[in-house]
Amino acid sequence: MARAFTPKVVTANALLEGDAVWLTEDNRWTRHIHEAELITDEAHGDLRLLEAQARVDEIAGAYLADAKSGENGPEPTHFRETFRTRGPSNYHHGKQAG
Amino acid sequence: MYKYNDFDEAFIRSRTAQFRGQVARRIDGSLTEDEFKPLRLMNGLYLQLHAYMLRVAIPYGTLNSGQMRQLALIADKWDKGYGHFTTRQNIQYNWPKLPDVPDILDALADVEMHAIQTSGNTIRNVTADHFAGAAADEIEDPRPYAELLRQWSTDHPEFQFLPRKFKFAVSGASEDRAVVRAHDIGLQLVRNDAGEVGFQVIVGGGLGRTPMVGKVIKDFLPKEDLLPYCEAIVSVYNLLGRRDNKYKARIKITVHENGLEKIQELVEDRFTSIRATFSGHDQELLKEIKAAFAPPAYVEKSTDGYEAARRANPAFRSWSDTNLTDHQADGYTIVSISIKKHGATPGDATSDQMRVMADLAEQYGHDELRISHEQNVILPHVHKSDLPAIYAALRAADLATANIGLVSDIIACPGMDYCALATARSIPIAQDIATRFDELKIEHDIGQLKIKISGCINACGHHHVGHIGILGLDRAGVENYQITLGGDGTQTTTIGTRAGPGFSAEEIVPAIERLVTGYLDLRETADETFLQAYRRLGMEPFKAILYPSEDKANAA
Repeated sequence: MARAFTPKVVTANALLEGDAVWLTEDNRWTRHIHEAELITDEAHGDLRLLEAQARVDEIAGAYLADAKSGENGPEPTHFRETFRTRGPSNYHHGKQAG
Repeated sequence: MYKYNDFDEAFIRSRTAQFRGQVARRIDGSLTEDEFKPLRLMNGLYLQLHAYMLRVAIPYGTLNSGQMRQLALIADKWDKGYGHFTTRQNIQYNWPKLPDVPDILDALADVEMHAIQTSGNTIRNVTADHFAGAAADEIEDPRPYAELLRQWSTDHPEFQFLPRKFKFAVSGASEDRAVVRAHDIGLQLVRNDAGEVGFQVIVGGGLGRTPMVGKVIKDFLPKEDLLPYCEAIVSVYNLLGRRDNKYKARIKITVHENGLEKIQELVEDRFTSIRATFSGHDQELLKEIKAAFAPPAYVEKSTDGYEAARRANPAFRSWSDTNLTDHQADGYTIVSISIKKHGATPGDATSDQMRVMADLAEQYGHDELRISHEQNVILPHVHKSDLPAIYAALRAADLATANIGLVSDIIACPGMDYCALATARSIPIAQDIATRFDELKIEHDIGQLKIKISGCINACGHHHVGHIGILGLDRAGVENYQITLGGDGTQTTTIGTRAGPGFSAEEIVPAIERLVTGYLDLRETADETFLQAYRRLGMEPFKAILYPSEDKANAA
């Protein structure tokens, strides 16, 4: 039996700065995962990823990352994706620095 | 030091100009990421978790004060005011923006530096003993040969698309400080029975997911045969190395699968034909290179001030006991500047610290600096009478930590705080271990102990050759740390043995503390190092310390 589809967000790195971005329902790239589109349908996810990958002059390395629904919107489920939402742990750099 | 000639200068400038065009075409969308990626990697530019990362080569770890100041300037102008020194004697910037990278490369070219071949399946930065040209136990300075290899391998048309990356390390001393047995090709300068100096050539070493200790392919290679012989090895590998599976593509697997004898035969055969094409131009070049690496003009002066300062200042005495190494010239010493302050990120120096180290090199160190694979900075030629002044300046810059070779002198890769390949974080583990042992105030009592941490199986943190190795993994979505024991990266290179099940991020620091304090009870004398005790006793007593509850379960 195929594994059940778990909710996803489309994420990538911004082309110029390289920082993590997520795709919103209205086709913006946001720096905040909470604003991302939470995808619950596999076919829709594949389609959204294709659309994201076509935006070559905005982002690099788009992929689908596991996420779950939280109080303020989508939240990461894996620690790697959590780190991408805030930055490194040794300095107050990256997203956590605002 | 080697100075760029017109050819070097023109080559670097043209590559930078090419890359400027490539970046512009990427930004305007005419190049996709798939098209751009191999181009940026050829210029050392990675895309990591939070930003781009630029890896700049520091050839054989040698640089002068002007270059160090330029690295500081780049950190201030285009990054976040610091740089990270790596286990390959490179420096990495963690926050460059794509449009700025061509300007950074121009700034590097201004001081004869670049980021070419710091990534990709090519011959990477040739590393060397960080005490080269200074160490008392040296047969010959290995850097002229490293520079010859650098010139030969840079943009070598045959070796731009090897099956996988290819790393050289060169040492000229009896003690191996360059981990030559864990490189694709390791070159060790040796003296034969007739008293001649040549190379022992070691092939097929490497860490990563299949760690292997290199094998001696040639016991004694005459120095003049260095390039044709290395070219023969890389050329055999280029054809024979596997391209079907990235994880089986390094030369260590080629040697392992084909056997050393077969590789030896193929290399000898190829060497015979290649050697005939070398007309001696390389030896002419080597002569010029050697002149550039002539020893500095040492001075003779009294060391009384140094001895007096040692008697007067216990902190200075402790630092000089720990951070100095014997120099080949009378009255001189080698200073290791620890970039491992307790609780700080191993290998990270701020731009201010870089400038302080540059100033010290210029004022007291014959204008030379080295980066060690252990992520520290070296002043290789210092007169002992200047040590009190150097120590004072280092203290003021927060660079006077007296911990070289001790438990807090930890190698750690960037791990999942930065690296896109990492499976767990390394830096916080290193910070916590160093902080804990500083609180316990026992690291000088513990003595020589090398802890090395990698945040994934690729082993940039050299965990396999740590006396204590720590490997961070992702176990079912949680960071988990495996411990290996008994590794050694010197002339007696040994791959460490896995102790048992891994530990969580919360458990790993207490486990290391248990292990190290347990060793203090196990050692025969205060002089028996952790590694010596492990070799004498084997895994079992250390395992019992690491997994006490299992012991009880077995007894029940």
